[in-house]
Amino acid sequence: MTSEAEAARLLLQLRVADFVSREARLLDDWRLEEWLALFTTEARYVVPGTDDPQADPRRSLVLIDDDRDRLGWRVKRLLSGHAHREFPWSRTRRLVSNVLVEEHSGDRIRATAAFVVWRFRHRHADAFIGRVDYELVEQGDALRICSKRVMIDQESLAPNGAVSMIL
Amino acid sequence: MNLTALVDDDCARGVFRVHRATMTSEEILAAERERIFSRVWLYLGHESELAEPGAYRRRTVGARPLVFVRGSDGVIRALHNTCPHRGAIVCRQDAGVAKTFQCFYHAWTFDNRGRLVGLPDEAAYAPGFDRAERSLAAVVRHESYRGFHFVCFDRNAEPLADYLAGAREILDLIADQSLDGSMRVVKGEQRYSIRANWKLLAENSVDGYHAAPVHKTYLAYLQGTGALLPGTAVVAGRATALGNGHAVIEYRAPWGRPVAYWAPTFGDSAREEIEAIRAELRERHGAERAERIAGWNRNMIIFPNLVVNDIMAVTIRTFSPVRAGEMDVTAWEIAPAEESGERLARRLHNFLEFLGPGGFATPDDVEALDSCQIGFAADGVEWSDISRGMAREPRPDDELQMRSFWREWQARMTGTRRSDWSDARPAA
Repeated sequence: MTSEAEAARLLLQLRVADFVSREARLLDDWRLEEWLALFTTEARYVVPGTDDPQADPRRSLVLIDDDRDRLGWRVKRLLSGHAHREFPWSRTRRLVSNVLVEEHSGDRIRATAAFVVWRFRHRHADAFIGRVDYELVEQGDALRICSKRVMIDQESLAPNGAVSMIL
Repeated sequence: MNLTALVDDDCARGVFRVHRATMTSEEILAAERERIFSRVWLYLGHESELAEPGAYRRRTVGARPLVFVRGSDGVIRALHNTCPHRGAIVCRQDAGVAKTFQCFYHAWTFDNRGRLVGLPDEAAYAPGFDRAERSLAAVVRHESYRGFHFVCFDRNAEPLADYLAGAREILDLIADQSLDGSMRVVKGEQRYSIRANWKLLAENSVDGYHAAPVHKTYLAYLQGTGALLPGTAVVAGRATALGNGHAVIEYRAPWGRPVAYWAPTFGDSAREEIEAIRAELRERHGAERAERIAGWNRNMIIFPNLVVNDIMAVTIRTFSPVRAGEMDVTAWEIAPAEESGERLARRLHNFLEFLGPGGFATPDDVEALDSCQIGFAADGVEWSDISRGMAREPRPDDELQMRSFWREWQARMTGTRRSDWSDARPAA
């Protein structure tokens, strides 16, 4: 018999897994404005360099360190038709798995997941592989992202060349 | 392969063309490895990366695995990362601090000055076994200029200072951003690769002509956030061949610079601090030089594969061929050593808006280079045109800086020496 606490834990786990799968779908479909709406106004989107997944972007050089404002410009840029690395948009497929809720306190949830993002372009198939850490907040029945930190496992962005789309 | 006919340089006719075999041929790449990468000074690293005794960084320079290390005696060395015994790599981590390096294959141990200090069963060797002869080999030439360390695999090369020629003055302008004259590579590396010939990044890094079409979205971002400074619609500046294939473009900054040119994106709270730094620079260097340090951008290529772009924040970028159609790139950020806290955070945030493989600009440069390489492979057109601005005073959006690179490339590949890398214009 599953205890009530365990049932609640599994339900939250399911909510988070459902949320990140939907997020992945929005990105694969290039529905970037809907994706951006998942973020709170104070949110951050960070991609550390491949040399140090733990890097603090206030003290170390990373790949991406966007506050909500710059993330908005990133989306605008990608939708403009002039972000040449992504126009026409590359085909992508995100597989997000191993979703784990690590902490739940009040309306705040810390969760982690493993990902593979495939990107297809110019007859090449490149993968980004890694772990993503989320800080989520419950707003009524919905979840929103306060922080998304994407840590790439590869030793270098080779042969990918750039993080031109959103991971 | 006829190496003399790959660059068509005819100032009188305004023609400058480069044969596209230079971008696709593995045979030419093999010749480049021998005639360029084994002969010229190549960037190794910055002294600030080795802050304490025993600090080391693993580096691959000119396709050779090296250890860049500060010994317990405080001396910075460049050692070949291969065991003198049977060849295994002795340093197997990218960075750290070590008193010794032990080869895991047969447990020979070297101190952080490279000296062989221990091996199992030394008595098995003949009398007269000389540890010194079996120590880690230092690269034959290793010199530095204002904290920038270079190596050269040719024992007979000219001194680094002579090789750098006019590039020294530009490195001075960058080093002088620090009020103590002390710059520091910020922690963190950007490592990526591009499916393009390595020389395309040398060209692209100093190419003012591509900025408007390729980086339209970046300029839109600047405009939208109020960061594009007024009166900068026309880029004013110059391009200069610095000697030995090095070149720079300099132009008045159309956007803010962490040292020391305030723009609205830095926030009102930063204004006073940035203006105080500017005043201090004026105090130390005089108005003209301070203006050049604080208010002007510069993109520099040091032949063959070091780029120092002081274009908002400052990036150091080096790149090396993997094969004719692919290169590895490593980029760092360099900043005045005295910057910390909010000031450093501001610089880091600013760096990432344009620069690096996740920035608003570099990915589109990567795409341009990929795209050129695809075009070359099609093999339908033999030559690329690099003649822009050949008949006028060179501007930053002309192509003198690339011609200077190619003139040195051609001289090196054909075993000749040049004394002038500018466009030979008829006397007025």
